[in-house]
Amino acid sequence: MKASSRGHLVTLPALAIMFLFLVGLSLLAAQQTSPKTQHSAWLALAGVPAKPRAKPNPMASDPNAIAAGRKLFEEHCAQCHGMQAAGGARAPSLRTQAVGRATPGALFWIVTNGVVRHGMPVWHKLPASERWQIVTFLKSVSSETPRRGNPE
Amino acid sequence: MREWLSKPVLVVGRLSAIALIVAFLAPLPAAAQESPYVVTYDHYLEEPGNLDVEYFSTFGTQRGGNDFHAFWAEFEYGVKAWWTTELYLDGQTTFGDSTIFTGFRWENRFRPLRNEHIVNPVIYIEYEQIGGADKILQEVEGHDVKSDHAASNAVLRAEHDHEVEFKPILSSTFQGWNLALNPILTKNLSPNNPWEFGYAIGASRPLALKASPNYCNLCAENFIAGVEMYGGLGDTRSLGLNHTSHYLAPAVAWNLPSSWTFRLSAAFGLNNESHRLLLRWGVSREFDGFGEMVSRMFGGRR
Repeated sequence: MKASSRGHLVTLPALAIMFLFLVGLSLLAAQQTSPKTQHSAWLALAGVPAKPRAKPNPMASDPNAIAAGRKLFEEHCAQCHGMQAAGGARAPSLRTQAVGRATPGALFWIVTNGVVRHGMPVWHKLPASERWQIVTFLKSVSSETPRRGNPE
Repeated sequence: MREWLSKPVLVVGRLSAIALIVAFLAPLPAAAQESPYVVTYDHYLEEPGNLDVEYFSTFGTQRGGNDFHAFWAEFEYGVKAWWTTELYLDGQTTFGDSTIFTGFRWENRFRPLRNEHIVNPVIYIEYEQIGGADKILQEVEGHDVKSDHAASNAVLRAEHDHEVEFKPILSSTFQGWNLALNPILTKNLSPNNPWEFGYAIGASRPLALKASPNYCNLCAENFIAGVEMYGGLGDTRSLGLNHTSHYLAPAVAWNLPSSWTFRLSAAFGLNNESHRLLLRWGVSREFDGFGEMVSRMFGGRR
């Protein structure tokens, strides 16, 4: 019984500390999106190496690629970029000239590697075909009229 | 009615329930793409600002002892795109014995490299405060063997361990296949305890590499199948396979578009020092914008 009570005394405050720590981290993470961060993300697009930039999109002629890419975008990307890819609280609009002008290979490289130091996670965990489907969808929406701003 | 449950177990249950209720209130689904591994880690971290709430169970058959049901709750949070932190709360029921809370673990994973490479390293650091009765077998290290779990909970719970654990995670994904290797180094912080070693390796692949255009739960792309192997490698006093346990575990993950993930794994003991079977299952839900939600609660900017 005594050992058990001692265990509770150690464990419960530790759990309280961990919970407060998580809340603190959440506050930290929520503060990190800023216009400066978004500009850094666009700079990353400009910094894609030449070889991956020139990669052709193997899904470009797939009639289902845009619909599949839209579905994947809504599942994995919309939480930050918005359901219409017009930007959200945490990430910029993708309906921009910068995305429209970017090669499919450059977009694929960004989706694959993320912009880790500026908040965009790596999406390499999606199979390559799915990342190309997302790129196909992005190219289709970036050619539409931007609905919100132009962070170029 | 609930006398059979000890107070800490109720605490774990309440924390999990609160987290799951909050998870239901998430504004947007964030479909997870979780690996099927239960023990092995790949190099993919939690998306920043997202919280993944997980519940896992392990049913173990024990040679020369009562079978057990070990369970744990995980709260995995993406602090940055390169840093994930995670809290585990562990408990177990030994049949014919009792149900007890067995401790907590706090782990952090850091991604040192900016871009994807052929082999991707992740640095894993964990602090754990667990009792001797802990049976979740989240990692197997040193000379962990089945007889460690044979004593009654009353005896096992008297032991309290403070440990730090390091894993240089190495992981690679090619043509849809993920291969992951986790060497394990553990140090009990009590004096005169040696460093213990272990390993976990895993391979997995989605059942389909291309998404279908339809919204579906049972599409092949939502399933990832794999296999993992894990075990102990002794310690600094007696390095090697003598008196160690090892498991081979086929596993499958079902990632639903609604952001729920279900995992199932059957781990088979590979020698007489291992439990015969560990049947594991887990359910998790990822919800996005946790950081922002908490920030708004405390008056932070949107």
